[in-house]
Amino acid sequence: MLTLDEIRIDLDGFRLSADLSIPAGARVALMGPSGAGKSTLLSVIAGFLAPSRGRVLWQETEITRTPPGARPLSILFQDQNLFPHLSVARNLALGLNPKGKISGADQSRIETALDRVGLAGLGARKPGQLSGGQQSRAALARALLRARPILLLDEPFAALGPALKAEMLALVDEIAREQGTTVLMVSHDPEDARALCPQTVLVAEGRAHPPQDTARLLAEPPPALRAYLGG
Amino acid sequence: MAARLREISRFPAAAAIAGAVLAALVLGTLAAVAIRAGGLSGLRATDLAAIRFTLWQAALSALISCALAIPVARALHRRRFPGRGLLISLLGAPFILPVIVAVFGLIAVFGRRGLVNAALAPLGIDPISIYGAQGVITAHVFFNLPLATRMILHGWQAIPSERLRLAASLGFGPADVTRHLERPMLRAVLPGAFLAIFLVCLTSFAVALTLGGGPRATTVELAIYQAFRFDFDMGRAASLALVQVAISVAALLIAARVTLPSEFGAGQDRATPPIGQLAGGRSRAAIDALAITLAAAFLLAPIGAVFARGLPAITSLPEMVWPATLTSLAIALASALITLATALPLALAATRYRVAEIAAMLPMTASALVMGTGAFLIARPFVNPTSLALPMVLLTNAALSVPFAARILMPEIRTLQADYDRLAASLGLAGLARLRLLTLPRLARPLGFSAGLAAAFSMGDLGVITLFSDGQTRTLPLALFQLMGSYRMDQAAGAATLLLSLTFALFWALDRAGHHADPR
Repeated sequence: MLTLDEIRIDLDGFRLSADLSIPAGARVALMGPSGAGKSTLLSVIAGFLAPSRGRVLWQETEITRTPPGARPLSILFQDQNLFPHLSVARNLALGLNPKGKISGADQSRIETALDRVGLAGLGARKPGQLSGGQQSRAALARALLRARPILLLDEPFAALGPALKAEMLALVDEIAREQGTTVLMVSHDPEDARALCPQTVLVAEGRAHPPQDTARLLAEPPPALRAYLGG
Repeated sequence: MAARLREISRFPAAAAIAGAVLAALVLGTLAAVAIRAGGLSGLRATDLAAIRFTLWQAALSALISCALAIPVARALHRRRFPGRGLLISLLGAPFILPVIVAVFGLIAVFGRRGLVNAALAPLGIDPISIYGAQGVITAHVFFNLPLATRMILHGWQAIPSERLRLAASLGFGPADVTRHLERPMLRAVLPGAFLAIFLVCLTSFAVALTLGGGPRATTVELAIYQAFRFDFDMGRAASLALVQVAISVAALLIAARVTLPSEFGAGQDRATPPIGQLAGGRSRAAIDALAITLAAAFLLAPIGAVFARGLPAITSLPEMVWPATLTSLAIALASALITLATALPLALAATRYRVAEIAAMLPMTASALVMGTGAFLIARPFVNPTSLALPMVLLTNAALSVPFAARILMPEIRTLQADYDRLAASLGLAGLARLRLLTLPRLARPLGFSAGLAAAFSMGDLGVITLFSDGQTRTLPLALFQLMGSYRMDQAAGAATLLLSLTFALFWALDRAGHHADPR
């Protein structure tokens, strides 16, 4: 269980509080108006920002001060998910060992992961030689190799077209199901939330609310969310 | 306040060491000088004249450079001609041009037997002299006219095309464009250009050593050298050193109030289309052509003269030139390495810790001669200071290059950190692995460029070596200086050609290596 225990974030006049728990293996969307603090909340969970107050816990262990790389999670950003000067295989290797050394066993695990996301044989390419969708797959393959219990998605597929995005969400769904991963996804699109996340954390008016049923939330959105969704 | 987690992390050790070494070099030598000086009573009337001359020549050099740069930059901005790009790139060259080579070239053009006097003589005009105050200022304009031109050209190119479109739609004539767009731009750019040049000229040593001297053309740096070398009056050398530092710091404090645009190195010629309304009529075209021709001749003729006279002589160089060449190459490469090893950790830390940036800029307050004097005073009780000649040359060269390297690296590091800090942190990529896999590959180009500048600067430097040298230990610039001093002008021309070629080759090779190592 991922717990945000009386978290308070104060950042240059911006405020957000969160006091909620997300069960292990859950898939949760973070929705709310632009600027409400969805990505900021994800940054606190990932360890890029320290909250002013409160604790972050995973399975009863406090990780509030743990450096990002040592937390039980992987994160995919909106962009810059791969180092453009390293080959795809080297990028994936960093998921196995941040010192960048690759053993023979690692090599075959990388091949398998690439195969799993549909990038078989493309390990030697540079990210710039891949399409946008393929880059997302490579980043996902690295998360697969890291096999951390939590996966944070900060709108990594926002730049993809609708069909590609649906494909990627399906792939995330498969992988999360296999590994029992807890998924937290920032989304602007209610369809994404419906497709992947049975539950949703509403982030609005300075507060991240506890997770609630996505379908019900979207059917009867509270005013803050309704204004954002339009209609 | 929520804090970025990495800001909680400790000050990086490598940056702390680099900063401590720089501070010891700059402030330690200064402290040695201050303790030795024991008050400024040791100054003579000639020293006060040196202070006056230093300020006067720096102001005049900056003024003339800026005034001449305006028509040249305007012409380069509104004309398109073959070789324009090359000419703009060449405007970056004086930054790495060895001073002693330029001086040799200026003597070949403006000296007693130079090209200009040869042309004037048949007309019955008295010969002009390149020595004395006018020589010092001519050399400073030679070095800084390109800098001023680049800064002003940059200002012109930065006028948004939307404004020019608006001006055209309002039916502005050339005079209106000048009044409403160009004058405000110049008002914004010129103070920075003036101060940048003024600062550089304050610490002028090699130019004053070769072209100046005497009661009316001695800079403070030269006075330090003379007190040290000829009078062996360490107390006076130390007093003068303190004066030099005080002048530099005061000028830097003034400069800090005016934003100094940093403009050096390779060309960055933005593709601004020629603007019809700026082109004007025939008289303007003639003025522009004249400005470009005169500037190009002034800047290229001395270099051409060096090659013309030096290339034939390069096979008959005296024996002493070769060990000096090897010494200079070794010092230049080592200096480039030390510069990077100092500037990189400081620049990496500077985005988070202001003190790291201040440490990197510290050598701007120092001068080579002051550091040399201080090091001499520290070392004298323990070792024969002449044995420290080459190490001190190396250290001062590296230290003086650190601010430039740090300034080149810092914007690139900001981009790097904005793009990849989070990804690296989320993967736990840190320490040496981060340096090897992320920092060095992504910064290959600015690192190569900085190394090229540092090596070229060190290769051409004629400063501390003159304080320490026993006449036997020499760098290539010192060998050239000695050849000029003994009027072996053909051999000097050969040595100048060698020095110039090696300096540019070093810069080019290291800059290329950076491009080559860039994995993009």
